[in-house]
Amino acid sequence: MIGATNFNFMRLRYAASILSLVFIVISIVAIATRGLNLGLDFTGGTLLEVQYETPESIDRISTALESAGYRDVTVQHFGAETDVLVRMSEAFRDNLGAEVLNILQTQSADNKLTLMRSEFVGAQVGEELRDEGGLALLLALFVVMIYVAARFQFKFSVGAVVALFHDVIIIIGLFALFQWEFDLTVMAALLAVIGYSLNDTIVVSDHIRENFRMLRRGDSEEVINYSINQTLGRTIMTSLTTALVLFALMVVGGDLIHNFAVALMIGVLVGTYSSVFVASSLLLMMNISREDLMPPEEEEVDDRP
Amino acid sequence: MLNKYPLWKNLLIVLALIFAGLYAAPNLYPPDPAIQVTPARSGAEMSEVVLSNVRSALQERGIDFFGEEVIGNTALFRLTSNDNQLPAKDAVQRLLGDEFIVALNLAPTTPEWLLKMGAGPMTLGLDLSGGVHFLMEVDMDDYVKSKIANYREEFRNRLREEQLKYRRIQIEGHSLRISFVDGAVRTEANSFISRTYPEFLQENDDKGEYADVVLTITEAKIKEFEDYAIKQNLTTLRNRVNELGVAEPLVQRQGRNRIVVELPGVQDTAEAKKILGKAANLEFRLEAEPGASRFQTEEYAFRNEQFRTARLEKTLITTGDSVTNAQPSFDENGFPQVNIDLDAKGGAMMTQVTRKAVKRRMAVLFVERKPKTTYETVDGKEVPKTIQVVEKSIISLATIQSVLGNSFRITGLESAEASELALLLRAGALAAPMYFVEERTVGPSLGKENIEMGMNSVLLGLALVLVLMGVYYRLFGIVANVALLANIVILIALMSIIGATLTLPGIAGIVLTVGMAVDANVLIFARIREELGNGRSPQQAIHEGYNRAFVTIFDANLTTLIVAVILFAVGTGPVKGFAVTLSFGIITSMFTAIVLTRAIINWIYGGRRIETLSIGGQS
Repeated sequence: MIGATNFNFMRLRYAASILSLVFIVISIVAIATRGLNLGLDFTGGTLLEVQYETPESIDRISTALESAGYRDVTVQHFGAETDVLVRMSEAFRDNLGAEVLNILQTQSADNKLTLMRSEFVGAQVGEELRDEGGLALLLALFVVMIYVAARFQFKFSVGAVVALFHDVIIIIGLFALFQWEFDLTVMAALLAVIGYSLNDTIVVSDHIRENFRMLRRGDSEEVINYSINQTLGRTIMTSLTTALVLFALMVVGGDLIHNFAVALMIGVLVGTYSSVFVASSLLLMMNISREDLMPPEEEEVDDRP
Repeated sequence: MLNKYPLWKNLLIVLALIFAGLYAAPNLYPPDPAIQVTPARSGAEMSEVVLSNVRSALQERGIDFFGEEVIGNTALFRLTSNDNQLPAKDAVQRLLGDEFIVALNLAPTTPEWLLKMGAGPMTLGLDLSGGVHFLMEVDMDDYVKSKIANYREEFRNRLREEQLKYRRIQIEGHSLRISFVDGAVRTEANSFISRTYPEFLQENDDKGEYADVVLTITEAKIKEFEDYAIKQNLTTLRNRVNELGVAEPLVQRQGRNRIVVELPGVQDTAEAKKILGKAANLEFRLEAEPGASRFQTEEYAFRNEQFRTARLEKTLITTGDSVTNAQPSFDENGFPQVNIDLDAKGGAMMTQVTRKAVKRRMAVLFVERKPKTTYETVDGKEVPKTIQVVEKSIISLATIQSVLGNSFRITGLESAEASELALLLRAGALAAPMYFVEERTVGPSLGKENIEMGMNSVLLGLALVLVLMGVYYRLFGIVANVALLANIVILIALMSIIGATLTLPGIAGIVLTVGMAVDANVLIFARIREELGNGRSPQQAIHEGYNRAFVTIFDANLTTLIVAVILFAVGTGPVKGFAVTLSFGIITSMFTAIVLTRAIINWIYGGRRIETLSIGGQS
């Protein structure tokens, strides 16, 4: 059974550091070279979701729209073969939706088309959302760092925040690498990951602090190892339940929140890894010691006259 | 170590659960499809004749309906099937014509006794109910500029009245530069301005040819203008939205200069935008002179007086677009009056026309655009067609006493008359121009799909977690499962009580809560196992497990809560919904995972000698 393990995690910390570095470098390179495939929320523009009764080829739809004079048209399937997502940089007009639907309907005369949704986001709104999202991420990291520093100790907060940066960068990197669409819900997922991954880190840190105080013998490495082993059962169990519900979201939740679930799923996996390897091994690197964690001793007061 | 909760604590927990159960219950009753009938004009009454007409129209078409209710001036007819909603709406609209607005609605089916307790279902976001979402930006810069232009006109008049000689007044951005002949006049003007116009900061400038003063409007005043403009635009938009006959529209300020409009159930964006963006609905015109050619005049009826009409000139002086403010007040003698402010352009037109028309009468025409549904036959099928009908009526006809500028008043009114006139004068006008910056339409079928998929993921996620917990932690796992179910009920109850809006990401937040809420129990159970492993007695292990896990649970949840609050503060729309369910989920899970499970464990194991715990994981 899990829970009674005695695995030497800290021995793996150099290998883990290299692994983390490799991931981070890949992520940064992916972000720098490929960039993020930003969703409509962030870029601004127009999006239409059209449902066909019987499948229609993407190429035919693109050609029809391009020859009708729309610029920057991208057409893709959305979920089902019969669902088509049309995106264009066209500024929104009152009856653009009807216009496009009309063109597509004329092209596929014996098909039945329904306009499922239409969205238009002004370029300026998109830019603001992007700024606000980035700001929210930084604010969250900052507040969390202060909280951990106040509640635990400065070295813990550095470990926690580096672990969070690590998680967030890897998620963004994977989204850049595979060009998955990065929209507002993914941004929300990133913040939720910060909350989740921190959760893990705090539980481990909590045990490390307690064990430093309770176990009088053993060096820092042994104490940290012991603490990680102690919490391993819980870490795996919680990650498992969270991963299960995310799996449910990915499978039956529909396309609108698919990327949200994907981002969270990566977050859960990477977050679990980082709370064990990144946060804890950083503590060792910063030479955490028993003295850092001893409750301040009360000064003796001499009451005698 | 007895592990017993005092009776009051158990009772409190049971009470909290019953309370939550009751307030979550309304969500179990699916709403009925319904049509809603409201009089188009505030004066009209919902009479028994109208109701019986509607009844027979529905019966004639063979549409089943039930539970007819009248609240105030609004009548609601519930239908047995979703498919009947549109035909029913068409039939009733056709019967009642344009005197009434017929809208599709969903009528809650919450039982009477629950409603009496103030319980009701959660509101669904647009992504779940279908409908249109608009985000409009109010052009503040333009508005402030028009205000400055008005001030220039005003200064021209006032300085002349005060006999303060100036050369010219120029507009420089949000400032005015007044050039005086010499420093002495300027000093006089300085004190006049600071007395009469405290909203301007003055700065003298002698670099040019004249003695200049630069007047800059204070930030506080600009803020005041903005608040006024937004408030006025909100009121106007609400009036216009009401014309659409939408069941539960939302018109709300967002941030400093934006307005959100959400219209559930509306699909025709073009029509909605036409009404929201509807322009001028006031016309200022001179009364025709006796003997004027019929080709240059038109006759209009009065809005509030039957059979009274007046003949007006065809040429407009200006339109409602120019009206920037209209307020009822009292004149020097205490008689009611309405003060009207026009923008610079309107004011100039007014001066130009009234200069030659003193002692004639000026009329204010109220222009309403109403959708009218007609039916035409296409391919042997009757198709409803909506056209806009323009109706104009006179709301004021008053004698011009002197040349009017951009600020004048209408006197000789009754008090009630004055407030109504002011309201009508403001009703159509937007204080500042607006444009659409965001627009989203969700079809009704997509909304239904989203609800279904959301529900499925909650159920699947829940089932997986319940099985895993039961298998891994045995009896303790089952206790945690009970707590998890209770958590969802409490979460839903809480959201229903505060009237939070449920969105698709909100449902995702519930799903995530399901996965993360068991964390607290996992932590506690892991501690208990650990204590058992250290050789403590079962009762002691339970006690220690709960105690020692508490701090960890608290820390971990608090940080997630901080992040959720940040998300709520910066997020918009659906994402806000996610933040809401996530933060409430965290709070409720603290109660269920710690207090509720403890109560159940105490009830099972407490107060007696036990040898083993059914918690799994022990060899």
